[in-house]
Amino acid sequence: MADDVSTRRVLIVDDEPNIVMSLEFLMRKSGFETSVARDGDAALAEVERFRPDLLLLDAMMPHRDGFEVCQQLRAAGWGDLKIIMLTAKGRETEIAKGLAVGADAYVTKPFSTRDLVDRVTALLAGGG
Amino acid sequence: MWGTWIVVASVAYLGLLFAIAYYGDRRADRGRSIISNGYVYALSLCVYATSWTYYGSVGRAASTGLGFLPIYLGPTVMVALWWLVLRKILRICKQNRITSLSDFVSSRYGNSTLLGGLVTVIAVVGIVPYISLQLKAISTTFNIMRSPEPTAAASAQDVPLLQDTALYVALLLAAFTILFGTRHLDAAERHEGMVAAIAFESVVKLVAFLAIGCYVTFVLFPGLDGLLDQAAARPDLARLFTFEAAGGYTTWLWLTILSMLAILLLPRQWQVTVVENVDERHVKKAMWLFPLYMLLINVFVLPIAVAGLLTFGDGGTDADAFLLALPLAAEQPALALLVFIGGLSAATGMVIVETIALATMVSNSLVMPILLRWGGALVRRQRLGGLILGIRRTTIVLVLLLGFVYFRLAGDALALVSIGLISFAAVAQFAPAILGGLFWKGATRRGAIAGLVAGFAVWFYTLPLPSLVHAGWLSPAFVADGPFGLGILAPYALFGLAGLDTVSHSMLWSMLVNIGLFVCLSLAARPDPAEHFQAAVFVDVLTRPREGADARLWRGTAAVGELQGLLGRFLGREGAREALTAYGARTGADISPGADAHANLVHHVETLLGGAVGSTSARFMVASVVDEEPLGVREVMEILDETSQVLAYSRALEHKSAELEAATAQLREANVRLQELDRLKDDFVSTITHELRTPLTSIRAFAEILLDNPDLDGQQRESYLRVVVEETERLTRLINAVLDLAKLESGGSQWRLETVDVRQLLETSSQATAQLFRDRQVTLELELGEAVPAVKADRDRVVQVVVNLLSNAVKFSNPITGRVRLGLQVEDGAVRVDVQDNGPGIAVADQGIIFEKFRQGGDTDSGRPAGTGLGLPISREIIVHLGGRLWVDSEPGRGATFSFTLPVADERSAAAMGAETEC
Repeated sequence: MADDVSTRRVLIVDDEPNIVMSLEFLMRKSGFETSVARDGDAALAEVERFRPDLLLLDAMMPHRDGFEVCQQLRAAGWGDLKIIMLTAKGRETEIAKGLAVGADAYVTKPFSTRDLVDRVTALLAGGG
Repeated sequence: MWGTWIVVASVAYLGLLFAIAYYGDRRADRGRSIISNGYVYALSLCVYATSWTYYGSVGRAASTGLGFLPIYLGPTVMVALWWLVLRKILRICKQNRITSLSDFVSSRYGNSTLLGGLVTVIAVVGIVPYISLQLKAISTTFNIMRSPEPTAAASAQDVPLLQDTALYVALLLAAFTILFGTRHLDAAERHEGMVAAIAFESVVKLVAFLAIGCYVTFVLFPGLDGLLDQAAARPDLARLFTFEAAGGYTTWLWLTILSMLAILLLPRQWQVTVVENVDERHVKKAMWLFPLYMLLINVFVLPIAVAGLLTFGDGGTDADAFLLALPLAAEQPALALLVFIGGLSAATGMVIVETIALATMVSNSLVMPILLRWGGALVRRQRLGGLILGIRRTTIVLVLLLGFVYFRLAGDALALVSIGLISFAAVAQFAPAILGGLFWKGATRRGAIAGLVAGFAVWFYTLPLPSLVHAGWLSPAFVADGPFGLGILAPYALFGLAGLDTVSHSMLWSMLVNIGLFVCLSLAARPDPAEHFQAAVFVDVLTRPREGADARLWRGTAAVGELQGLLGRFLGREGAREALTAYGARTGADISPGADAHANLVHHVETLLGGAVGSTSARFMVASVVDEEPLGVREVMEILDETSQVLAYSRALEHKSAELEAATAQLREANVRLQELDRLKDDFVSTITHELRTPLTSIRAFAEILLDNPDLDGQQRESYLRVVVEETERLTRLINAVLDLAKLESGGSQWRLETVDVRQLLETSSQATAQLFRDRQVTLELELGEAVPAVKADRDRVVQVVVNLLSNAVKFSNPITGRVRLGLQVEDGAVRVDVQDNGPGIAVADQGIIFEKFRQGGDTDSGRPAGTGLGLPISREIIVHLGGRLWVDSEPGRGATFSFTLPVADERSAAAMGAETEC
């Protein structure tokens, strides 16, 4: 948890460099501190280190996919951490799966930047 | 006190008889029979002399002088005929295991259960008076013994039921008989112990009679001469020695005939003469021993009668009781006791054998057939032996009780002899059927039944029925004037035939009717086949060969085991097994349970069973086990034909079914494959979607960023726009690759086959990728060697493959140090191209994966390598389509070599080249 209430931290997890770049821009523009992880294992490590308030988590990644990461985090006690799952797969089963493993939101790619920023902001504002 | 002595003596004597019987049975079980002896056989026949002989003869003699004799003349005459008649009967019964009178009759007339039952009923009804006679004798003499004063015998009906000695006598005799004869079932219905006991009691009664005779004649009176002189002195006694007193010729004739028949046809006589006979040769001895016995036992009858009359005046004492009254009056209680015991002996002997014989008949010929027909469930019980014994015991008790009842009703009214003659006349009804059946093959069942029924009816009407008048049950008018006043039907004078004594009268009419109907009906219709066969068996028995030839021609199926099981239910398992083993040893037949039973064995089993249940029932039971099926040739052919049709049909069915199974299996496989493909398709679509959306995400994101952030600095704007362009290109490549692969896989793409010079093609390709190499600073070496034969291929496609391999090589090579070798050679009739790099190599596990769609080898630190992931799959598709192979050879850390081959175009097709062919 951030000491300073106003400065939220967002961890971006995706294996596509360009998408990471775009997300970083968006988050920084919104005034959040960002960090990046490029696969599932790195993500778990980075959560420990960076202690973000919110996670932008890509579902499809090599080795450990986003669903696993989410499940693990929740199991490890990161209940307050907000997680938004991003994925190119838009099937209903996937959405249900995502929410089932504990994601707070599920956004399909390609996403609307405005929509995404709004969601992030809302989630972070709602939290304590 | 005296009474107690009598009882004790009686019980002791009965106990002795029982002990003898027990001993006899034991010896028989061990195979050392004590009765296999002509003397014993002859003595056993003397059971003919009952208390009738004992007491009744004296009684009869007292009124009719020599009139008692015919009863004994008859058998004596008959004995002379025994060698012919009896031997025949014995032979028949032995061969067919016939064990009772009813069984004999039933068997002779085609195993008619009706006839057997009829004979049984007539026998039971007919013998009841005889039994009551014995009861009367015992109870009367017992009473006399207890109170020796000669008193007029109180009317039997005045004695209260429960104080009637006769009732207890009846019950005691019943119990005794049950013990004697129903301890177990014997297949041949032999009772060796009983025979021994009977022979003994014959001796006892003879000794007793002779004793009292001697005493009376030589002690009480001054010898025979003296006695006769005294008798002659009195006119009423003198006449006893004349013929008229004896009743006239007619009476003598009928009585003689009656007793001739009775000596054979009384159930007890049949039992001891026929059933218990061990050896035919014993008959010879009996032929002189029996008449001798008869003589001895009768020699003192008249003297005792005369002595009695002389001693007691007239009317004071019942003449039947003279035998006892005399010693009692002479103060000789011991002798009287001996006489009493002798009389008891005579009576019990008769009762035991008679009731046992009747019980056998009832169980075998009456109850069992009924049970077999209607009581199916009962018969299916495993141990029928117990059931049969139970039936017999019940019969014994019933018969004795019936005897007692008749005694109460009518016993008082008639003299002993008269009662006895009633029974004689009853069994005489069997004579036409039996004797006729024995010598006349034309005798039929119908004739026998008709004769029996009519004769029995007449007998009943003329003898036992009127006797009830004497008892006070029917009005005397019935006898005097006939029923309803019809004088012509008066029981003692039917159709006006008066003047005869009752027995002769009855015999005349009943025999007339019996024989008449028997002969007429037998002549009227021919015997049916079963009867005919049996008739031959019976009539010709002395001339036919012994067993074995009797087995009928019979086609049936039975397993020896089934027959054994059937036997076991009657003889016990051990008995059945022994019987079959003995048969097998004797004839050499196969008696293992699974073997088919030969017709002779079936016949043998029938005869064995016949001993236990009567031959008719036995045949019935065996038939139920055996399926008798007459088969003609035609039927056999039909069956065979049907069978072959069925076989062919079933073969066709099998074939069809096999085909169906194969088809089902194929369908199942196809279904599985379809499902697999479906899944693959789903995966593919899903993956494609993902792959396409990824670049789109960047494009959209950056486009929106650029739109929403107009004041981005120039460098950022430039780099972001560049990304947009790159991603657009990526997307395009991806779409193209997907479409390409789709077309290749579905066979929808167009191929332009032409003669291609691979060497030249490689050079072109390397030039196309030269820039890539320069960019990454990877060295490309060409080892193209000499000229190689031309191949037939689509040039552009091959270039596509080579370029793909070269770009992969570049991608996965380390910069600066990376070296890629492009090789060309000929191998096994094909042109081979190698692209070798010194990159990180590919793990064996991944070497298959890399040819899968969208899969890319390894994980590089730089993230996902640029590329569609479809290059290799497409390349393989192309090469395979052109007739070659594409594979990889690699070890991690030692680079990778991708190789493909293309078949060399042969001369003929090379000549035909130039034509643009489209696949």
